[in-house]
Amino acid sequence: MAPLSDTTDATTDASADDAPAALPGDGLREGIVDALRAELGDQLLDTHLVPQTDLWVRVTAEVWQQTGAVLKSQGFDYFCFLSAIDWMPSPYGDGEDDPSAADEDDEPAEMTSGYTGGDTRFQVFARLTDLRRHVGVTIKVDVPESMTLDTWLPTFAGANWHERETHEMFGITFEGHPDMRNLYLPGEFEGYPLRKDFPLLARMIKPWPGIVDVEPMPADDTDDDAEGGDGS
Amino acid sequence: MTMLNERQQLSYIAAQAADARLNVELETEGMTLNIGPQHPATHGTLRIIARLDGEQVVWAEPVPGYMHRGYEKLTEVRTFPQVTTLINRIDWLGSFANEVPFILAAEQLMEIEAPPRAQYIRTILFELSRIANIGLFLGDLGVQMGAVTPAFFGFRDREYVLNLIEGATGGRFHPNFDRIGGLKDDLPKGWINETKQVMKRLRGFCDEIEDLLFGNEIFQSRTRGIGVIPAEVAKSYGLSGANLRASGVDWDLRRDQVLPMAWDKADFKVWTHPDGDSWARCWVRLQETREATKIVDQLIDDLPAGPIMAKVPRIIKVPEGEAWVSTENPLGEMGYYVISKGDLGPFRVKIRSASFNNISITPWVLKGVYVPDIITILASLYFILGDIDR
Repeated sequence: MAPLSDTTDATTDASADDAPAALPGDGLREGIVDALRAELGDQLLDTHLVPQTDLWVRVTAEVWQQTGAVLKSQGFDYFCFLSAIDWMPSPYGDGEDDPSAADEDDEPAEMTSGYTGGDTRFQVFARLTDLRRHVGVTIKVDVPESMTLDTWLPTFAGANWHERETHEMFGITFEGHPDMRNLYLPGEFEGYPLRKDFPLLARMIKPWPGIVDVEPMPADDTDDDAEGGDGS
Repeated sequence: MTMLNERQQLSYIAAQAADARLNVELETEGMTLNIGPQHPATHGTLRIIARLDGEQVVWAEPVPGYMHRGYEKLTEVRTFPQVTTLINRIDWLGSFANEVPFILAAEQLMEIEAPPRAQYIRTILFELSRIANIGLFLGDLGVQMGAVTPAFFGFRDREYVLNLIEGATGGRFHPNFDRIGGLKDDLPKGWINETKQVMKRLRGFCDEIEDLLFGNEIFQSRTRGIGVIPAEVAKSYGLSGANLRASGVDWDLRRDQVLPMAWDKADFKVWTHPDGDSWARCWVRLQETREATKIVDQLIDDLPAGPIMAKVPRIIKVPEGEAWVSTENPLGEMGYYVISKGDLGPFRVKIRSASFNNISITPWVLKGVYVPDIITILASLYFILGDIDR
């Protein structure tokens, strides 16, 4: 029976990995990148490694579905989450919260992408974990103009709800998903709430009272002006 | 061949007619059953639509969203220290545990680490949240199968843990105690002795529940072999916590990753169960509560002295970058993907909550089960509505 054999394998792995030194190092993460590059070739656009911490990869939209399958076959069989990022800076600004930024620049900030770069406003990202090697990877993909991507459903059943949520919150359609109904919002809801240009009405009507917490502080954020440090 | 007399003939015809009528009645019509959104067995308002054929479920679908509060959008207009107030309310039964992964993600981006004493106290409070959360689950379990008594035991003994959490943090349900760089305060006087006594008491509570509930024949027959989830399915749906371990997958984020927390200083066992049924899920949680009391005992014994806050600037600006940190929360893997643009507040926070994945498996697992089993399976999957909807 599959679950039983899984238990025994995982147990032996775990006892071998008891010492923190045996937990995944950067060598393992580089090996993962090499294995993925061997399968995807040029379609693997960029990778980013934060030493001793985490790994990011970015692939093209054409191989998005394939990437999930390849990673699953390489041991990343635990589906963690899938969501999207809107890289456009909010047109409504965060000046209300940020007293120091208010006088800095009034023109809208430029759009920049995070780790592994990107060319489009929207990126979909997902995370998979390898339960045997104790390592996870974040996969990013640029969302093309058509705002459609292939679904991960054939590989990971858990992607179902995550893709539905991403669809209603960002307006990204997943091709091959049988059921793109709204998960949270009412069916007739207009707009995509997690896009940066979707206004948070409650905030626009009334200024956030929490601003009081940060305003009267001495406007000095140098390191020597530290809080606590000796409280024991 | 013997001739039938009139009386025998009549009874034969009557039997034939009864058979025919029975056959007609056995052809059932499909029926749609709506459970909720106010179901007494749920912690919150989950609605389930089930299509039935007789007593069997043909398909079932949960309808979440009645408690969607849009935390991911709200975090974008908060500063980093303000976010903990929000995320506290995701899994409201183990709220301190919600704060920790977010704070760890922010600390990872700022490249600071809490001092050892703060790490220990964080871990202790984290495990206390787990006991309070799962303690209620264990008590509540009986209610869903018609036994009311264990619920009172659960509420009674959870109260002791809540008093401890309140004593240390000032908040029974929403401590908001974790800070970037450490903790708000140190432990109060006398708290450690009190905690030791409560932990002893809680081990008694676990034994009590084990006798009362797990030894109960009705409970066993309602859960054993019901709602079996194989390991492969569990992983592909992203089930986590006790639900994953009950399917035989030996995976616990407290042990299997490096975090600036004190779990590696304590000696505890990660329990798994090969069966993957409702029984296994409940049983693993019971063992987990026992282990949590042991972790707390060990950590308060060698609590290091020292400061509880690292040096952090007064106005916290988190450097540009991305970080993913998840921890083994009472309900399962809870993580935050934090993107910072170097401002006072996060640019985007993706909240990966355990119940969202755990409950997305229900259409799969409820297919073909009988109506009363819907409740026990959902109870054993254990979800908190705030943790699904966020």
